[in-house]
Amino acid sequence: MNAVLTLIALATIAAAAAAMAGRNLLRCVLLLAVSWAGVAGFFLWAGAEFVAFAQLLIYLGAISMAVLFAVLLTGRSREDLVADRVPPRRALYAVLAAAAVGAVLLAAVAATPLAAGPTSVPAVGVRELGLLLMGPHCAALLIVGVLLTVALIGAVVLAAGERTEKPDPEP
Amino acid sequence: MSAPPADSVLERAPVLLRDWLTGFLPGRARWAANSLLDIVAILAVFGLLFAFLTLAERKILGRAQNRPGPNRTGWFGLLQPFADGIKMLTKEDIVPRAADPVLHFLAPVALLAFAILTFAVIPYGRDLVPVDLDAAVLYFFAASSGAELAVFMAGWASHNKYSLLASMRALAQLISYELPLILSFVPVAMAAGTLSASGIVAAQSGWKWNLVPHWLVFTPWGAAGFAIFMVSALAESNRSPFDLPEAESELIAGHLTEYSGFKYALFFMAEYFAMCALSGMAVTLFLGGWQAPLPALEFIPSYAWFAAKLLALLLGFIWVRATLPRLRVDQLTRLAWKFLVPVALVNLGTAAFWSLSFQWAGPLQLVRWGIALAMVAVPTLLLGRGLSGGLGPRTYRYA
Repeated sequence: MNAVLTLIALATIAAAAAAMAGRNLLRCVLLLAVSWAGVAGFFLWAGAEFVAFAQLLIYLGAISMAVLFAVLLTGRSREDLVADRVPPRRALYAVLAAAAVGAVLLAAVAATPLAAGPTSVPAVGVRELGLLLMGPHCAALLIVGVLLTVALIGAVVLAAGERTEKPDPEP
Repeated sequence: MSAPPADSVLERAPVLLRDWLTGFLPGRARWAANSLLDIVAILAVFGLLFAFLTLAERKILGRAQNRPGPNRTGWFGLLQPFADGIKMLTKEDIVPRAADPVLHFLAPVALLAFAILTFAVIPYGRDLVPVDLDAAVLYFFAASSGAELAVFMAGWASHNKYSLLASMRALAQLISYELPLILSFVPVAMAAGTLSASGIVAAQSGWKWNLVPHWLVFTPWGAAGFAIFMVSALAESNRSPFDLPEAESELIAGHLTEYSGFKYALFFMAEYFAMCALSGMAVTLFLGGWQAPLPALEFIPSYAWFAAKLLALLLGFIWVRATLPRLRVDQLTRLAWKFLVPVALVNLGTAAFWSLSFQWAGPLQLVRWGIALAMVAVPTLLLGRGLSGGLGPRTYRYA
């Protein structure tokens, strides 16, 4: 089983690294999508079917689209989409920032006592997941829903602007 | 009736055949062989269905337009799909010099792969579920959402402004219609209490007064959900009247502009596969899956009923293509966002009422029916009236 996990992890990390290193932004986005799919594969390996498919649906179906549209609509020409070579100073800053975040995360992981849990985790079906979400975690679900609705309305307001509706000219 | 329908020889024939083929293998090898056999069977059946669906489409469209359709290759043109296949295979495969060669190659492959993946979870018969997942319907939508990425890859990799613009337009369409598609399924999950495809089929078993099957399409919200699902399915599979991304007859072929030869054929294969998979899902969700419509007809095996319903829906797709003109892009997005999504949300409320009032009995059942029907029909009519206000009737002035 561990060989599968290693393969998934390697594919995910390799795709993410290639996305970071790549020059062509569009290819980077597609590689990022592969990396997200790898995360879904990890969930699947861990037995979290629902989360895996939700990850695929949301990240591969929606977030990658949002990123693609953002890249395409902000770039002025095709050449803009090929990033310039990074100057050494900026690369240094990037590595420093990444190292700092990595150190914090590593420290947190190292400080957490990892309990040797039961070897066989009970499989949580979709029904139990739904009951949990609708019962004990209802508040969180509602808050996320309200947040997303606010974001959606905000996006509509921004996109609609003050354009006035003109009726179609008669044919 | 001598034996229960689940045990009849015809019903068990595919499983018996499979066991006869792989029964001698030990544990894990047998599982692998069975899975492989499932894949081969799905590819063979739907590959052939694709081939003859293209023929049926050309024949029916021809008849609808008062011409015979293909009739030169074989008996009634039955060999036409194979002739087409050979032609496609032998055509030159042109890749533009400026194209991104990797993505240009990967786009049709990814599109087809995602379309085939969706076949895995559809219950084709009582014992014919390739993969019985707990979250099967979610898997179905997750797999079909990969198609958007593939369409974008095709448009971008061609390095052609028409391709890119058309693929952006196709994306807008696919994303817009994915919402009503999924929203129209939510009431089904509410009623069946599961996301598993076989569970949803099982929830629709049985008959009322031994006459009316418990299919979800025979409830007010089920009928509305089925209609929304089918309209969205038409749009999701780029079929007429939502075939703006391709629009063969008036635009250049959109994101397919720079594709030729077999890659071009792969795009159409993926389109037909998506059509079959969405129809199969519609049968599973709303038309009772493989269940027979009458108790007396249960001697006909379940997969035959599934095939019959699937073919009926596919013929409906072709009929729609022969009948309706193409929508404009603004009409397309307006239909999705201003009509289908609100109606799907109203439908959700109706389904909630329906499942809350499940213990109403006697004459109250009629009241329940009436209330549910009014809950979904009145807003739909009002919304439709409001949206089409000022649009018609049109006066045509000829030059």
